Amino acid sequence: MWEYTDKVREHFLNPRNVGEIENPDGMAEVGSIACGDALKFTFKLDENNKIQEAKFKTFGCASAIAAASALTEIVKGMTLEEAQKVTNQDIASYLGGLPQEKMHCSVLGQQVLEKAIANYRGQTVKDTGEKIICECFGVTDKEIEKAVRENNLRTVEEVTNYTKAGGGCGNCHETLEGIIARSLKEAKPTGRPRMTNIQKIRMIEETLEHEIRPSLKHDGGDIELIDVVGNRVLVATRGACATCKAADITLKQLVETKLRELVRPELTVEEVKH
Amino acid sequence: MKTVYLDNNATTRVAPEVLEAMLPYFGELYGNPSSMHFFGGQISRRLQEARQQAADLIGATSGEIIFTSCGTESDNTAIRSALAVNPGKRHIVTSRVEHPAVRALCAQLAREGFRVTELPVDGDGLLDMDQYEKNLTADTAVVSLMWANNETGVVFPIEKAAAMADERGIFFHTDAVQAVGKVPINMEKNAVHMLSLSGHKLHAPKGIGILYVRRGKRFSPFMIGGHQEKERRGGTENTASIIGLGKACEMAAAKMEEENGRVRQLRDKLERELLARIPNSRVNGDRLQRLPNTTNISFEFVEGESILLMMDEFGICASSGSACTSGSLQPSHVLRAMGTPYTMAHGSIRFSLSVYNTEREIDFVIEKLPPIIEKLRNMSPFWRGDDRVRASQ
Repeated sequence: MWEYTDKVREHFLNPRNVGEIENPDGMAEVGSIACGDALKFTFKLDENNKIQEAKFKTFGCASAIAAASALTEIVKGMTLEEAQKVTNQDIASYLGGLPQEKMHCSVLGQQVLEKAIANYRGQTVKDTGEKIICECFGVTDKEIEKAVRENNLRTVEEVTNYTKAGGGCGNCHETLEGIIARSLKEAKPTGRPRMTNIQKIRMIEETLEHEIRPSLKHDGGDIELIDVVGNRVLVATRGACATCKAADITLKQLVETKLRELVRPELTVEEVKH
Repeated sequence: MKTVYLDNNATTRVAPEVLEAMLPYFGELYGNPSSMHFFGGQISRRLQEARQQAADLIGATSGEIIFTSCGTESDNTAIRSALAVNPGKRHIVTSRVEHPAVRALCAQLAREGFRVTELPVDGDGLLDMDQYEKNLTADTAVVSLMWANNETGVVFPIEKAAAMADERGIFFHTDAVQAVGKVPINMEKNAVHMLSLSGHKLHAPKGIGILYVRRGKRFSPFMIGGHQEKERRGGTENTASIIGLGKACEMAAAKMEEENGRVRQLRDKLERELLARIPNSRVNGDRLQRLPNTTNISFEFVEGESILLMMDEFGICASSGSACTSGSLQPSHVLRAMGTPYTMAHGSIRFSLSVYNTEREIDFVIEKLPPIIEKLRNMSPFWRGDDRVRASQ
């Protein structure tokens, strides 16, 4: 059984904005019935060019329905420029997180939004020379590169969890490894100054203190920095976090994303029992 | 909320009579049956009774029953044993629809250098016996075919298949975990050499299984240890569970008629009413060569996990062969082997009943499920409110 948050459950049982807008300003479809996930998204703009109405139809599991419902709620009231910046992480966070194996549901939501905006602007996304990498699920190189970049994916398994690519016959695994390696290389020269170990530890401590702890403490949990070995950040969870089954996801998604964003992109977070 | 449990191919409740029979052996009767003193030795007599009860259910003799920890252990032991006692032979015949306990093991054996033939099945999940026969070669060490499929309930002609292997001097093993207690099995009248059975599928607890090994057949143990089970399976006996399984076997024999009468009628009612009330639905698997308690129904254009979780809101428990519930990204290997279209496979639900189900429960599901499918279909981009569907690709 999946560990769905209450918010996922609630959006699954009472999805918002189900349906299809007649004469929409923008519309898009992603996925297919063969893949087991498909999403149709339509939106209408108001006189200020903000999204006035957004509706969806989904074929998929509980998290696919919840992610689509969340997407429509997130983008309502946004300009297209704002909506364009919505990432799959935003959708997942809105729902209080998704199981790793279900992250592709949030990616599907982000993709349909991007395609619908392109549709409004009269562009077709697939004209940009995209290549299908995963034949089983029809996933393109651009989609994989984007997911790898925005979610700091490091393994084929993670890429499969986020995009489904590689989840079928497995023939594309080598190509996926190549994309990951390429993206890692590109990610390195971020222009950040080199820092000493002391500086790095200090920055990690500060990030934990200001960015992570407040939200954990809110739920009765806490986190402690145990050690920094190279780029491995070893932490231990305390209080409610230590017994929470969702803690793994909390750590990976919250702590790692923040540390990579604010300290160094190559950091990985590991939980140790201490 | 009351639980309506229709997932008995996953596991069954421990029968109250079984629990009662077991309790003393968790309490004051904690002795080791191998001990010399009476306190421990008296347990050994009870184990012998349980062994006889189990043997009686399948027409075996008590010496042919080896207690194991589960069906998976029985499957692993049987196949590895057959290979060990046939060191010159390198070929294994099995099917594409086996339980992972056999399928994953055969995949591992293929990596270890054995040649594995996975027999295909047709659209109804049935074997092609001509093709089976063609694959029985001089190099074949063992055949392993399930008696009944856990997902569809489809029953293979095991007696016929076993006879064909036996004639050629090939070891024949069957995973009968889903079949025991539901279809009559008489080892005296068939040529099966090894048979796996699991306690928790027939109202005994989890953690206990049986491997039947025909008398006179060579055997190589998997668990090496003490002299328990006549040195065929080491490890101190799981006394309470063995005694519980014995009781469950005795009860299963007595309830076989009810299983094939009342339970079958309930299953048929559930199937008939759901198909009648829900358009674009169909049964997966042959409807005649089938266990009396199982039905696997596909509801087109909706996804299985969503159906399960909405039924869960009403306390209804079932399973699905959809990708989202299989832990992988593809629908169940059984439905794929049958060539079930993906539009159907993703929306497949398995209901598996037991003697504890009532007509009221079945009526409850018949009432609750159609609106769930309708709600999900109204959300689905592929559903057009009638029998037509827009090209999805």
